[in-house]
Amino acid sequence: MSATIISLPDQSTARIPKTNFITKENGLLSWLLTGDHKRIAILYLISITFFFFIGGALAGLIRLELLTPQSDLMATDTYNKVFTMHGVVMIFLFLVPSVPATLGNFFIPMMIGAKDLALPKINLLSWYLYVAGGILVIYTMVSGGVDTGWTFTTPLSTHYVNTNVMSTGMAVFIAGFSSIFTGLNFIVTLHKMRCPGMTWFRLPLFCWAHYAASILMVLGTPVLAIAIVLLALERTIGIGVFDPTKGGDPLLFQHLFWFYSHPAVYIMILPGMGVISETVSTFSRKRVFGYTAVAFSSVAIAVFGFFVWAHHMFIMGISNYAMLVFSLLTMLVAVPSAIKIFNWTFTLYKGSITFETPMLYSFGFMGLFTIGGMTGVFLGTSGTDIHLTETYFIVAHFHFVMVGGMLMAFLAGIHFWWPKMTGRMYPEKISQLAAVVTFIGFNLTFFPQFILGTLGMPRRYAAYPPEFQILNVFSTAGATVLGVGYLLPVIYLVWSLKYGEIAGNNPWQATGLEWQTQSPPLTENFLVTPIMDHEAYDYEWLEKQNAKEVASVG
Amino acid sequence: MSDSPAIAHGAPTEAGHSHGEHPAYQRHHFETVEQQADATNFAMWLFLLTEIMFFGGLFTAYLILRNWYYPAFVAASHQLNVGWGTANTAVLITSSFTMAMGVWCSEMRNKSGLVLSLVLTFILGLVFLGIKSIEYHEKWEKHHIPGMHYSMQNFTDPQSDPETYNEYHDKPMALDMARHTELYFFLYFAMTGMHAVHMIIGIAILGFMVFRAKAGAYTTGHVTFVENFGLYWHFVDIIWIFLFPLLYLISRHQ
Amino acid sequence: MSEQNEHGVAEQQTHHEEHEHHIVSPMVYLAIVLALFVGTALTVWASYIDLGVWNPVIALAIACTKATLVVLFFMHVKYSTKLTKLTVISGLFTFMALIGMTLSDYISRAWGRW
Repeated sequence: MSATIISLPDQSTARIPKTNFITKENGLLSWLLTGDHKRIAILYLISITFFFFIGGALAGLIRLELLTPQSDLMATDTYNKVFTMHGVVMIFLFLVPSVPATLGNFFIPMMIGAKDLALPKINLLSWYLYVAGGILVIYTMVSGGVDTGWTFTTPLSTHYVNTNVMSTGMAVFIAGFSSIFTGLNFIVTLHKMRCPGMTWFRLPLFCWAHYAASILMVLGTPVLAIAIVLLALERTIGIGVFDPTKGGDPLLFQHLFWFYSHPAVYIMILPGMGVISETVSTFSRKRVFGYTAVAFSSVAIAVFGFFVWAHHMFIMGISNYAMLVFSLLTMLVAVPSAIKIFNWTFTLYKGSITFETPMLYSFGFMGLFTIGGMTGVFLGTSGTDIHLTETYFIVAHFHFVMVGGMLMAFLAGIHFWWPKMTGRMYPEKISQLAAVVTFIGFNLTFFPQFILGTLGMPRRYAAYPPEFQILNVFSTAGATVLGVGYLLPVIYLVWSLKYGEIAGNNPWQATGLEWQTQSPPLTENFLVTPIMDHEAYDYEWLEKQNAKEVASVG
Repeated sequence: MSDSPAIAHGAPTEAGHSHGEHPAYQRHHFETVEQQADATNFAMWLFLLTEIMFFGGLFTAYLILRNWYYPAFVAASHQLNVGWGTANTAVLITSSFTMAMGVWCSEMRNKSGLVLSLVLTFILGLVFLGIKSIEYHEKWEKHHIPGMHYSMQNFTDPQSDPETYNEYHDKPMALDMARHTELYFFLYFAMTGMHAVHMIIGIAILGFMVFRAKAGAYTTGHVTFVENFGLYWHFVDIIWIFLFPLLYLISRHQ
Repeated sequence: MSEQNEHGVAEQQTHHEEHEHHIVSPMVYLAIVLALFVGTALTVWASYIDLGVWNPVIALAIACTKATLVVLFFMHVKYSTKLTKLTVISGLFTFMALIGMTLSDYISRAWGRW
């Protein structure tokens, strides 16, 4: 780890530029009523970090309870509430908005050479809807929680529980619209606001990934909305649509719910994959191998992702023929994801690889997402799914893709773009340590859960047979390490705001329009509208740039 | 350090421009008025896509339950007045026409024509809601609102409702099928209710637009707001175009 | 770096198709609204005739035709960009996927085991 591409300006003379989007206006209202996509991104960053730690605390409680086979830390009802809130908070208030609402909001306009997103007021509305959803979730937790699982399976959620299904449903409904408006904004922006010369195939792959995720947000989330409305009506008025005694079908809720919630996992992962495309290219100093394949595979994941939802319902009572069709289609959707992994690997091949923190997280992503993805194929095969579903195998699978995959990609992105957003570098050594700690903690936490699942331990149970205890103890120990790994970045990133080295425009020597401006950027991003005249990831163009700059100074 | 020389050529951004360079209604992050119109139009279409998917869930539920309980759906649909339904359909189609004319007036910079079109659309919208409330009230009187003292007597004993019986001569229905008429009415209220909510929002915006139109806001060449609202209004019309046959016209023959 | 003059910028906007803002004449609107009235009358009339399994087919066909007329002419899609047309089609496609694939489960349940 001696070689590094970090290139900082001379610290004795470097200063943060006096005029930037942070200093442009002062006062709380200038932040709360802003139209500036960069300020909105920062607002989102603060809020999702807040909810991440709430979700993390809930995870800690889960792992503490599971140290012992008995339900001794809390009552089983309480345990049900804890894992439900953990799921709701982590999925709707953290994972879904994580990369799009922070990094996407901040950088998509800059990457395409625009001054802002197409609809800045809608962007701000998006954040307020998110906060409203978040407040409702906090209200739910404070007033007794909800215990149906984040999937709100009927008829449990409609007929059998006395908990706050309504307020959680409302929270998810509102947060859903936040997501819809973000996606809508991105689609319009990418179609209509690209600077001269920025053709679709010169866009950074980060933009392609967000485009695909935005299609899913716009088309999928409304179905969740109507599912929640019907759930609320069933629960309050008792209309009968999900009630077998009145002629309804509980499975209808699940069809509508999973029609969104499966694309939702692609909403969560695609932006992360976009980050990885950027980091893998930058830290191997090579253009992404097979740009077109990666771009099209993002869209393919989005399209195919709409046709596989019933693989979450194999044991619920769908017909055998539906099982067959959805299982086959699930095999298909794995292909584009694999294409991306192959392309990133070929990007690394014969590249000049360095191991700065974003790259460490990216390596973690590639390994852990591959494992998570492959176990997804085991689950997509209906024959094995019948045995593995509702066990800890599923829990391990989705934590590998979401935490080992998505969260690592998020951290990679935060570290990669931190110098651009703040003008400061984070401390490299401790951040590399945190990345390694996270990786170790993650594997210790979740790998035993694959084994537990195949051995038959059911999920969502506070008590379990004593022979499963040792693996659960490993898992909880890992969770503690993981917690440290996540706390460290908060500490050193905040520290870096005051004491970090001045980063300059382009500490990573990256291509991409966002790196050609000052750090932190101006409110209007560019003084003059850029004209894009080179391909994406064109490192030779960058060299020529630097040669010109050196030649013209002095 | 400000922008590197790489980003040099192109149109200057907002620093120190006078408002003579672009119309007052052009937002600063857009380069041209056309770009703004294009972008907002596209945004409205994307929003309509979300609405298609939102109603899609209700249509799915409808298709499944109608398939399962066809006799109950037929009998229950006889409780809906075809006259009112057809009238409402005509009202909405006409309002779509007046809305389209409103867009044309805006494009032609015809202020009085625009105001008239908007006012007519507004009134027709209210007429629609008025007829709907008459229908809803009738349902309330006959105990056909799910969850609110729902009664299936009119289906187990059709002669208890002479008006409908004289027209359709439905046979008495077995209890287990008659129960499912409640599902039909749930769908009726959910779908027309959701539709009505969208109408109410549209009518409210129309009210706002009448005032702005009178002040000349939409006849300066800036047709985007009227055009995009028109898209929304036509979409709400299309939803009703499907709701009408699906709810009212399931089977009206003897 | 290519030299571009300031005036060339607008033509460089890669997303700008030179799209004429086509103004639809009120005569077209009139024709369409009359067609919609005819369609409404037709669908009401057809529902009073026993056509067996064709009743819902005809009702939906008329409804789809009316909706198409509204989309193409009132909503100007006939005169819009390819992007708008693509957007409408993708919405319909996803809608059909939701309905079609959900119904495929319900319909095939009655087929019993293999």
